[in-house]
Amino acid sequence: MDHLDKLESQSIYIIREAYKQFKDVAVLWSIGKDSTTLLHLVRKAFYGNVPFPALHIDTGYKFKEIYDFRDQWSNNWGIDLVVACNQAALDAGMGPDNSDKLACCTALKTQGLKDCIAEKKFKALLLGIRRDEHGIRAKERVFSPRNRDFQWNYKDQPPELWDQFKNKQAGEEHIRVHPILHWTELDIWRYVQRENLPIVDLYFAKDGKRYRSIGCETCCNPVDSDADTVDEIVEELRTTEVTERSGRAQDKERAYMMQKLRALGYM
Amino acid sequence: MAKNSNEEYLKFVIVGHVDHGKSTLIGRLLYDTDSLPEEKVEEIRLVCEMLGKDMEFGYVMDHLEEERDQGITIDTAQVWFNTDKRNYVIIDAPGHVEFVKNMITGASQAEAAILIVDADEGVKEQTKRHAYILSMLGLEQVIVVINKMDLVDFSEERFIEVKKELIHFLENIGIEPSYVLPISASKGDNVAKRSEEMNWYKGMTVLQALDTFEVTPSANESPMRFVVQDVYNFTKRIIVGRVESGIIHKGDNIIVLPSGEETVVASIEEFLAEPTEAETGRATGITTRDKLFFDRGNVVCMQSAPDQLPVVTDTIKARIFWMDKTPFTSGDSIYFRCATQEVTCSVEINSVMNSSTLEPVIFNEGEQAVIKNREVAEVTIKTTKPIAVDNFNEIQTLGRFVLGYDDTCAGGIITEL
Repeated sequence: MDHLDKLESQSIYIIREAYKQFKDVAVLWSIGKDSTTLLHLVRKAFYGNVPFPALHIDTGYKFKEIYDFRDQWSNNWGIDLVVACNQAALDAGMGPDNSDKLACCTALKTQGLKDCIAEKKFKALLLGIRRDEHGIRAKERVFSPRNRDFQWNYKDQPPELWDQFKNKQAGEEHIRVHPILHWTELDIWRYVQRENLPIVDLYFAKDGKRYRSIGCETCCNPVDSDADTVDEIVEELRTTEVTERSGRAQDKERAYMMQKLRALGYM
Repeated sequence: MAKNSNEEYLKFVIVGHVDHGKSTLIGRLLYDTDSLPEEKVEEIRLVCEMLGKDMEFGYVMDHLEEERDQGITIDTAQVWFNTDKRNYVIIDAPGHVEFVKNMITGASQAEAAILIVDADEGVKEQTKRHAYILSMLGLEQVIVVINKMDLVDFSEERFIEVKKELIHFLENIGIEPSYVLPISASKGDNVAKRSEEMNWYKGMTVLQALDTFEVTPSANESPMRFVVQDVYNFTKRIIVGRVESGIIHKGDNIIVLPSGEETVVASIEEFLAEPTEAETGRATGITTRDKLFFDRGNVVCMQSAPDQLPVVTDTIKARIFWMDKTPFTSGDSIYFRCATQEVTCSVEINSVMNSSTLEPVIFNEGEQAVIKNREVAEVTIKTTKPIAVDNFNEIQTLGRFVLGYDDTCAGGIITEL
C-alpha cells in the first residue's frame, strides 16, 4: 500500500470502530476540504452509504458557495443532512459585527452544536480535524470524550494504546471521534487529487487570491495564490511557508502567548 | 517543505526524563530542516526576546496554556518534518512521571525512538522507566542522545561516563542502542550539523542516524490474520475488518477462529473497486462461499497453514504495565482487548516490579498482591471465552492487548502461550 492507502485504511478502520460502538453517530460536515474528505471516507467505509446523519452547523454567515455545495452534494450522495442553527441567538442580533469573535463562535457554533446534540441524542461525533492544523489539535486522541458542558479534559486524557480506543462511558455527553487526525493538509489535497473529489470553489485562486481554510465569510481571509487547480494547490503546498489557518481571525493562539507574557510581568 | 519525493514516513518518539530537552530537540530538528513556518519562528523569537532569553525551541511543541505557563509537556503530540531522504513524524512525549500514560500512548504509535539524557544530570528515574517502556513495546531502533553537552564544556570524559551508566542499564532490559550521540539541542551541535566544539566525536549527527533507520517492514510475508470488526448488510452481507498480517485473496480457503469453521473467500469488497486481494494494514471486507456466522473479534486465517494458526486459548501469560491511579488486585474482573476481541478476564499476579529501578516489589506473607500505578507485573490471564492470540514476537498485533474498565488501565504483551 502507498502512503495514501495507509492513511485511508486507518481512517476507515476508525470510522468502523466508531459505528460499531455507537450507533447514534453523526459526522460533522463543514463542507470544507477536510470534512468533505471525511465524508468520502465514510462512504468508502460503508460501501457508498452514509448510515448516520451529516451535521452542518450553520451560523448564517457562511459563504454562498458553501450552501450551494452542501445542497448539491448531500443530494447526490443521498445523505441525511441535519442543519443545526442557533436561530435564537441570530434573532437576538448575534453576529461577527455586533460582538467579539469568541462570543460569536461560541453562540453560533458551539451552542448550535450543543442544542443539536441534546435534541438528537448523538453519542459520538465524527470530526475532520488533523494534528498538523494547530498545536492544540496535535494533542488530541482519536476517541476523545467531552463532558456535558463540552469540556475537554486535556490534562487527563484516556490512554490510547495501538488502536484500542476509549469505550463509551456513562455520564459523559459524547465522544468525539477523529478519523483523519493523522493526515496533513498536503495529504488531504493529494487524496482529493487521487480520488477526484468535488471541492468548494473557494479553495481555487481567483485574481491572485484563494482560501486555504474556509468557514464564515466574515472571518476568513484569502491568501495570495495563483493555484486554481487541485494539481497546482498540491504543488503550492509542497513549498509554502504560510500556515494553513493564517487567514482565520478567530484562532486564539496569540491570546495564550500574551497570557504567558503577562504572567511574567509584561504589560 | 518538500525536499524529497519519497513516500516513506518514519514515526519516532522522543522520550526521557523531564527537562532533559525533548521539546528543545524537536524544535531544533524542525528549525534546522526548515520545517517551521516563518511566522512561527517570528512568534517564538518575539516571546524569547521579551523574556530576555535566547531563542528557546521548547515553545514550538508545548501549546496548552498550562504547558506554556509551567514549561512542562502534559500530553503527547505529533509533528512532521522531512530530510533529503524521507519524511518523519515526531511523537513528542511528556517526561513528568504523572503523565507516563500519555508517554505510552505516544510511544505505542512509534517504530523508532530517541532516548534523551542530560549530560549534566545523568541517568534519572524517567530515563530508565521510559527505556523500559520502549523495550516492552518492542522498539528496536533506538538512538541515545546525551544532550546539553554545552553545560559540561563538551567534555568527552563526561560523555563516556554517562554513556557507560546508561548502556549498563539498557543491557539489563535488552535494548542495544543503534547510536549514542553527544549533542546540544539548544545550540544545534550534532543535530543537523556537526559540532565544532566536539572534534573528538566522529560519528553521525541525529539526522544522519535517523536516516539509517528502517520503516517497519510490511507484515505481508507473515501468516494471514484478518480480524473482524463488524458485519454489514447494506445491499449484501459483507464481513468487514482489517488484515493484520499476511495477504488475503479471493478464493482462499479460510478458517474462522475461535469456532474453527471453514469456508472460501468469495470476494474482496471495497467501494467502487473490485480487488482480488488485500494486504497487511488494509481495512477491507470479504464475502464467503458459505453463509457462516461471523462476529466481531473473529480471526480469519488460512486453512492451508495449520502450523501457522494463532493459539486458541483461555489462558495466557503476559507482562503488563499498569497505568491507572487505582491499583489492581488479583481477582478483580476486568476487560481484555486484543485487536477487535473483547472479553472479560481474571488476572493472577505472579510478580510485580518497579518500572524504573527494576527492583521486585515484595509482598509479605498473607498480604494481597496488588499492582500499583507505573508498576510492571508478570501475570496469568484467564479469559471467560476463548481468544485467538499470537506470541508478541511472532505477530505483534495479535500478541499485544490492553486491560481496562471504562478506560484502558494497562497495556500488555503476551510472553507465553
